[in-house]
Amino acid sequence: MSQHTLDHAAASEVFNRDEPRVDWHDETLWWVRQKRDRASKGLPEWEDLREAASQIKHHVLSNMNVLLETFERNAQKNGITVHWAANAQEHNEIIHSLLAKKGIDRMIKSKSMLTEECHLNDFLREKGIEVIDTDLGERIVQLRQEPPSHIVLPAIHLKKSDVGDTFHEHLGTEKGATDPQYLTEAARQHLRETFLTRRAALTGVNFAIAETGGFVVCTNEGNADMGAHLSEIHIASMGFEKIIPKAEHLGVFLRLLTRSATGQPVTAYSSHFHRPRPGQEMHIVIVDNGRSTQLGREDFRNSLKCIRCGACMNTCPVYRRSGGHSYHNAVAGPIGSILAPNLDMRKNADLPFASTLCGSCSNVCPVKIDIHDQLYKWRQVLAKEGYVGGIKKTSLQLASKVLASPTLFKLSFNTARAALRIAPWAANNPLNAWSIHRDLPDAPKESFRQWYEKNRK
Amino acid sequence: MSTSRESILNAIRKNKPDLLPLPDQFTFESNYPDVLEQYQQTLQMIGGMVEVVPDLPTISQRIGELFPNFKEVAVTVPDLTYLADLNLESVTDPHELEDVNLAIIPGRYGVAENGAIWVTEQEMKHRALPFITQHLVLIIRAETIVPNMHEAYRRIQVDETGFGTFIAGPSKTADIEQSLVVGAHGARSLVVFIIK
Ligand code: SF4
Repeated sequence: MSQHTLDHAAASEVFNRDEPRVDWHDETLWWVRQKRDRASKGLPEWEDLREAASQIKHHVLSNMNVLLETFERNAQKNGITVHWAANAQEHNEIIHSLLAKKGIDRMIKSKSMLTEECHLNDFLREKGIEVIDTDLGERIVQLRQEPPSHIVLPAIHLKKSDVGDTFHEHLGTEKGATDPQYLTEAARQHLRETFLTRRAALTGVNFAIAETGGFVVCTNEGNADMGAHLSEIHIASMGFEKIIPKAEHLGVFLRLLTRSATGQPVTAYSSHFHRPRPGQEMHIVIVDNGRSTQLGREDFRNSLKCIRCGACMNTCPVYRRSGGHSYHNAVAGPIGSILAPNLDMRKNADLPFASTLCGSCSNVCPVKIDIHDQLYKWRQVLAKEGYVGGIKKTSLQLASKVLASPTLFKLSFNTARAALRIAPWAANNPLNAWSIHRDLPDAPKESFRQWYEKNRK
Repeated sequence: MSTSRESILNAIRKNKPDLLPLPDQFTFESNYPDVLEQYQQTLQMIGGMVEVVPDLPTISQRIGELFPNFKEVAVTVPDLTYLADLNLESVTDPHELEDVNLAIIPGRYGVAENGAIWVTEQEMKHRALPFITQHLVLIIRAETIVPNMHEAYRRIQVDETGFGTFIAGPSKTADIEQSLVVGAHGARSLVVFIIK
């Protein structure tokens, strides 16, 4: 599951072999993006909300240790046990020891990209502990032994016939059945039994509130709540950047999160946990795993503002046409491509090149992360650090793929211009895909459209 | 406590940017001409059913019509407990709620912009109840409907009880080819009665 053999461009090439499927993937995500547009236009204060969210997050980054300590103190007062994990290994070990202490060998889990990042399921499986993912999309990919391909829509790469086949094999649904209603009902029945028989539940954390020492988990399915409220022990895992100062700030974030993610006004459930129920144990694991390093990288620290809405993926022309798995990282798409090199530059050096730098991601991001600028900056860092050997090949392949698609081609003109200015090696290279496919004119600093927009006022 | 705690906090102290202030302006007003109307529209849009009623007896009658002969009914609304055939007082383990078909629970606030209703542990009695039940009825008063989430958080003390949740519509998923299916793991339907 976690083996990484192909770089992004090569994996995209494989993904692109099935053209109708790629078109379908592209259109489905674009449809989600359009729903986001409609939802955001419904709020006249949308841009002000984004600005407020951005400023709150900037404050959080600048006051992180104080907020985390405040949170810890208040959570402890609430009867929640707080753990700190420096890295993925420690996170996984903490969870294992909590389960082992209670003699539990089966756990359910609702959506947590952090546990994907830490490869918790694999770790626990090796220790003889079974983990069942309860979010429908995550359960589907788990049964297929695949990682999620999207942080909000884990099975977005699959067609209903794929799900039908998987459920036929694992849940005994009728062969050939593809009706989403029927398949969802089958999963409901199967997982209900699981909810009722597991003693431990792990959830992610969308927001942790320093002032009150509690945390918020958002789902549409109700799976986090089903797990948590029926469990003897509830463990919540959070990357430390999930902290916010006060409960009132939730107003800003909950208004933005789901509208940006799926275009819904809010998730079906936004659950606020502050104390364990009588007889229950509640634990929070606060995880670093490279985040404090990223916090120290001036050019990239803003990536820690992310609230994991997925909007940057839905809008990204490269993500839509290369699929989440091509990114070989728990978090795919534009934001994943900024987070991944922080964890491992060598392994993820290809990802910042998996972008046309069109800027659409930055435009939709609800917390105003300068995503495409950071991707551009990573390219320079990676070049300086000597990781571009393989990248040259990668970006050329990407370029030729991009040029094969009219939409992508349009979007990548900005990139091409930038590339000619800043990377002459690319322009002079006889193998350069840009020059193979067409002669690029001298690179003007701005396109006519950019010039026109700037000067028409 | 642990050494990781210290090393994480130290790394953060060393690496964080200079302190930036929190914004003053982070709440906004939503000026709906009629919040009750807006609430109803929004809830219907997200798959909930809504009825404005004058009093509890009307609710009781409508529940009889909407859920005829339902067994395993749990009620936490004091004046409607006669509709229940399940005594929540005697439930000690939430697993005993596994067969609940209908739960009738009061909510504290409704939010017009997104259809959500704030319900705390105090109203639901058992945290699992609004999720494990097959069908859910929430009851609110019209005057508790606020325009948006900022206003809701102004009124809510999130840690007043150990658990509280905004419930917006029935449980749903679109994880199979983005087709919306109502009734994922939580309640299959939501009916909201607004007393006015
Ligand atoms: S970077 Fe922004 S748009 Fe992308 S997932 Fe994070 S918050 Fe959403």
